[in-house]
Amino acid sequence: MAQNNQSYLEFEKPIAELEKKIQELLSFSTDGVDLKNEVSKLEKKAEQMRAELFSNLNRWQTAQVARHINRPFTLDYIQHIFTDFVELHGDRNFGDDHAIVGGLARMDGEPVMVIGHQKGRDTKEKVFRNFGMPNPEGYRKALRLMEMAERFKLPIITFVDTPGAFPGIGAEERGQAEAIARNLREMARLTVPIIVVITGEGGSGGALAIAVGDRVLMLEHSVYAVISPEGCAAILWSDGTKGAQAAEALKLTATDIKELEVIDEIVPEPVGGAHRDHKAMADNLHEALARNLKELKKLSEPDLIEARYQKFRKMSRFIE
Amino acid sequence: MAWFKRSNPPMPKGPDHKSRVPEGLWTKCTSCGETIYTKDIEKNLNVCPKCNHHYRISTKKRLELLLDEGSFVEFDAGMVSVDFLEFKDSKSYQDRINQAVAKGGSKDAIVCGQGNIEGMPVEISVFDFSFMGGSMGSVVGEKITRGIERALERKTPMIIVSASGGARMQESILSLMQMAKTSAALAKLREAGLPFVSILTDPTTGGVTASFAMLGDINMAEPKALIGFAGPRVIEQTIRQKLPEGFQRAEYLLDHGMVDVIVDRAQMKAQLSSILKMLMRQA
Ligand SMILES: [Zn+2]
Repeated sequence: MAQNNQSYLEFEKPIAELEKKIQELLSFSTDGVDLKNEVSKLEKKAEQMRAELFSNLNRWQTAQVARHINRPFTLDYIQHIFTDFVELHGDRNFGDDHAIVGGLARMDGEPVMVIGHQKGRDTKEKVFRNFGMPNPEGYRKALRLMEMAERFKLPIITFVDTPGAFPGIGAEERGQAEAIARNLREMARLTVPIIVVITGEGGSGGALAIAVGDRVLMLEHSVYAVISPEGCAAILWSDGTKGAQAAEALKLTATDIKELEVIDEIVPEPVGGAHRDHKAMADNLHEALARNLKELKKLSEPDLIEARYQKFRKMSRFIE
Repeated sequence: MAWFKRSNPPMPKGPDHKSRVPEGLWTKCTSCGETIYTKDIEKNLNVCPKCNHHYRISTKKRLELLLDEGSFVEFDAGMVSVDFLEFKDSKSYQDRINQAVAKGGSKDAIVCGQGNIEGMPVEISVFDFSFMGGSMGSVVGEKITRGIERALERKTPMIIVSASGGARMQESILSLMQMAKTSAALAKLREAGLPFVSILTDPTTGGVTASFAMLGDINMAEPKALIGFAGPRVIEQTIRQKLPEGFQRAEYLLDHGMVDVIVDRAQMKAQLSSILKMLMRQA
């Protein structure tokens, strides 16, 4: 499915112009003039341009793509990859956080628990989803669902896409830090396979709180870092607009992070980014999820947990 | 050396301007405003004898305070950070590491080892806030994890005394992963039925709070310590509201159910010992 109403990023301007020209030519051809050749030539050129541009994104551009308003969100992936989805709400304690969604679903017929951050596209939904920034009850809902998955021996698949956990008074009062910390500890010992996908923004502890797993995948143009580029810039350069510089310093792309052996696999995106073709993106991801799940199911429970422990255990660089 | 140093206005402003003991023979307490003989504050474990304000304390003093005399054995003292990302803002990370090490204290933001508390063997890790704001990178995460693993091996309790601004930005994704790594180790400790006491001191924020520091079987805080996930300034900017009185202070967290107990520094060892002995079912 091609996404309508493309919104173009700053660096996509040359493509935008070309596509506008194509649209113009197409409207001419309806007047009886055949411009098929000209159009297909331009389309090929646009495709080439897009391929070239997206294979050479700098880190700041990648961060823009990762936050693209039309980028597929958790509910989009659920729609394309899973069947029989039933959304399950609430943490049984305080409320239901709309910045995290989760529920039972089937992937290739097999029941699984799906959990992910959820952002909104239009203003109303953005606010409803709190811009994808969960409160403690979101993390506690996620943990409730994960513990349920463990009881019923269902694999867990999580989709990570958040600027970070919400910094608010209520969030602090209800224990944002405790909610995140508890998830880290509990995800380390759950006895069912966990596959994590960084789909957009992997923003700090708010991302990690649903990102401890046996396999961690990153979409080609997603980002993952200890702090947002803007937040980093505000602290280190005392200038929140130096995001581009901070993005370079933070080394937050999938390639960077694969090199540090924090993720297992990079899932390729369609040319021009996941936002241009949700279905194609979901197909790529579906393949990767199915393959990884098949591998993980071969492991015994103790082997699975010990391998997960060792995986995170060795993530560090130091001299002694 | 100044004979008398007014703490205000020459004291540097910033998140910690209230917490360091000002230099000079006499000190004007940043909390109650009383003028006190500096030695009296130092003799009182860096606590103001007039108003009980808890100033920061060095790792050495903290270990002396909590452990039986001469019982401390340090581990991994030589472990140092590396600038594997070649991270540079106004200074390179490597320069920052070198400068912090050159100050002559610890080689990174934490000191870890074994000791005894009233005869009971424990593993203990103490943050050094003076080293890059106590930030957690690979070295801090690794040393804590090794400490927890030693506790598992020797079947002893684990204690972490936190004072940290959170994850160390200069190690980006790997500093984030230290949160997962340390918390995973604590999962093992918990399963083994060994106690973890988290002692939260001023300040404990960010990725440190959002991992091991909030995971204590007992979360013990010093009076008025700043404890939180997001920094107060970030919250204020996000919600554009004034923060409530006492927000993110130890007493506020106690009120909201996030810490078990607030303990004065002078009572810390006795309290810790008493709790650990009960949890370990000892006389
Ligand atoms: Zn005082």
